[in-house]
Amino acid sequence: MSRILTMSRAGREALDWEMERRPEIFCLGEDVFKFGGIFGTMDGFGAKYGPERVISTPISETGFIGMAAGAAMAGMHPVVDLAYIDFIGVCYNVLLNCASKTHYMSGGAVKVPMTLLIGTGGGYNNAAQHSQCLHATVAHIPGAKVVYPSNAYDAKGMLHTALRDENFVIFLTHKGTAGVGWMGTPIKTTLSEVPEEPYTVPFGKVKVYREGTDVTITGLGMSVHESLKAADELEKEGISAEVVDLRSLVPLDREGIIASVAKTGRLIVTDEDYMSYGVSGEVITTVTEHDPTLFRKPPVRVTTPDIPIPFARPMEQAILPLAGRIADAARKLMA
Amino acid sequence: MELTAEQRKGLYRTMALSRAFDDAMIALYWEGKLPIFQFGAGPLPGELHCSNGAEPVGAGICAALGPEDMLTADHRPHHVAVARGVDLDRMAAELLGKKPGLSQGKGGHMHIYDPSVNFASSGIIAEGMAVAAGMALARRIQKRPGVALAFIGEGAANQGAFHEVCNMVGLWKLPVIVVVQDNEWGVSTAKSESTAIERNADRAVAYGMAGEWVGTNDPDDIYAAAARAVARARAGEGGTILEVKTARLTGHFMGDQQAYIPEQMKQVDPIPLYREKLIREGVLSAEEADAIEAEAKARMARAMEFAKAAPYPDPSEAFDHVFAGEAA
Repeated sequence: MSRILTMSRAGREALDWEMERRPEIFCLGEDVFKFGGIFGTMDGFGAKYGPERVISTPISETGFIGMAAGAAMAGMHPVVDLAYIDFIGVCYNVLLNCASKTHYMSGGAVKVPMTLLIGTGGGYNNAAQHSQCLHATVAHIPGAKVVYPSNAYDAKGMLHTALRDENFVIFLTHKGTAGVGWMGTPIKTTLSEVPEEPYTVPFGKVKVYREGTDVTITGLGMSVHESLKAADELEKEGISAEVVDLRSLVPLDREGIIASVAKTGRLIVTDEDYMSYGVSGEVITTVTEHDPTLFRKPPVRVTTPDIPIPFARPMEQAILPLAGRIADAARKLMA
Repeated sequence: MELTAEQRKGLYRTMALSRAFDDAMIALYWEGKLPIFQFGAGPLPGELHCSNGAEPVGAGICAALGPEDMLTADHRPHHVAVARGVDLDRMAAELLGKKPGLSQGKGGHMHIYDPSVNFASSGIIAEGMAVAAGMALARRIQKRPGVALAFIGEGAANQGAFHEVCNMVGLWKLPVIVVVQDNEWGVSTAKSESTAIERNADRAVAYGMAGEWVGTNDPDDIYAAAARAVARARAGEGGTILEVKTARLTGHFMGDQQAYIPEQMKQVDPIPLYREKLIREGVLSAEEADAIEAEAKARMARAMEFAKAAPYPDPSEAFDHVFAGEAA
């Protein structure tokens, strides 16, 4: 049986299923016991699993994420809720030097299986310290897997995969895609038919949301849905866009990106993270290193520019990689 | 919790072995680094932070522990690792970057891991605080016994991680002992220049932890304080900040000339002091003490022989172990 679910409910189902069967999984983070985590991934878990396995922490990210790494080294699989990725500044060492490097530095003797759930992104007027994406900042760290589902089916399947992985997995969800109460009506394209039974979605495979022949548009999280909106508009104008969800940054499906560009010859990379030194450059380089002659036109980036996210609605809406900017870029490419 | 004569001989044996380890490494360290000093040169490359002077802390505390207990150490881990019984041959090989090393040459001297004795270390100051507390939390969830110890320096007590973790240890009454090794110096910064109060053990009251302060660098006294802390932890009475006034005889790292240390702050070597004490109290004869030292040096010579003879990893192995569960 399958039902239409939000990403939040789908992810919760995966975590619940694994927790019922695996005593080594426990939840840790601010407000997880009463609030069930930022996306409701642990909604009701406090009552169901009790305070020993659903542990609300003080506002001490360095402390509790470091403790999660220690618990993982001692045989547990912690699932940590870090709420917003903007907060990695206060605990970056654990991500950078501990959880990601211990397996390597121990020559494989010590494993750190843990899943770090983090919300990303803006678009709802929360200003420069609560709206960032920063996925490139974490994807740059060797030894950390970084995944980023954009719909309910992938949210459940990729969370099952993360919980069965022996490594440190950073599991990102764009706040606007999750389908939580404080973000209004869920975006339709984030909802999916989700089977009740468990299933896995492998890391490192792109998902082609919509096939097309004229231009490839790659996205991540919210920018996938903006790309789909743009593709609808473009279709009316006779432009056929292929929308590719990267959905996993580490590992990255370079072949999947190349295959799409080989078909269309044109590439727009959308990314709500800052433009420079990030995913957009990586995607374009992936194709260029493989075969620059695949490009019939120079590739284009539609991203958040290298500025802090402004608060006021007209400014924020203007700088985000929304459907209008994506469609304009496609029209220029096709001109 | 009085130590027997045999146990005190054991403490001396541990300290002698730890000193033999560091002395052998120091001797090798200078090969290839003279007359021009460069960290990366010679058979033992990189920074080397030796434990000379801190041996009583490793010996005294580890003597109070059981096999189920868990330890994290910092960038100066040798004395704790030796006292915990980390495989000496493989640790020596790791310092030389050899294939049979504990981490197959990927860690080096600041990153010593031996899961068979629940030992891990990290080169980032105070990182091991949270890791140790997390290990204690894991055991609580698993309903298995075990006290976790984080060995840090007095400088690490000014890191945010120290305060965050102490608060959670107190809040959750976790069986965690924070061993603050006060060797008076954070590189060239004296404790009086970095720390608002004289004793970090006094900070325990702010976190709902017990405080223990040991003002002698003597393994008998350190053991006694550790035994009290371990007993509290096992009884479910929570954590302890155990501060020991110890010594750092060979500088922050090799090559540190220590010109910043004033004459009146010169530190005393604790090993001859303990030797004299044991002889004075009739626990050891001078001949027995000599024999223990000779035995330690001989054991270390065998470890060094093993390490030197061992092969280096193949350069291609650099790509192994980035992730678990994946073929290289």
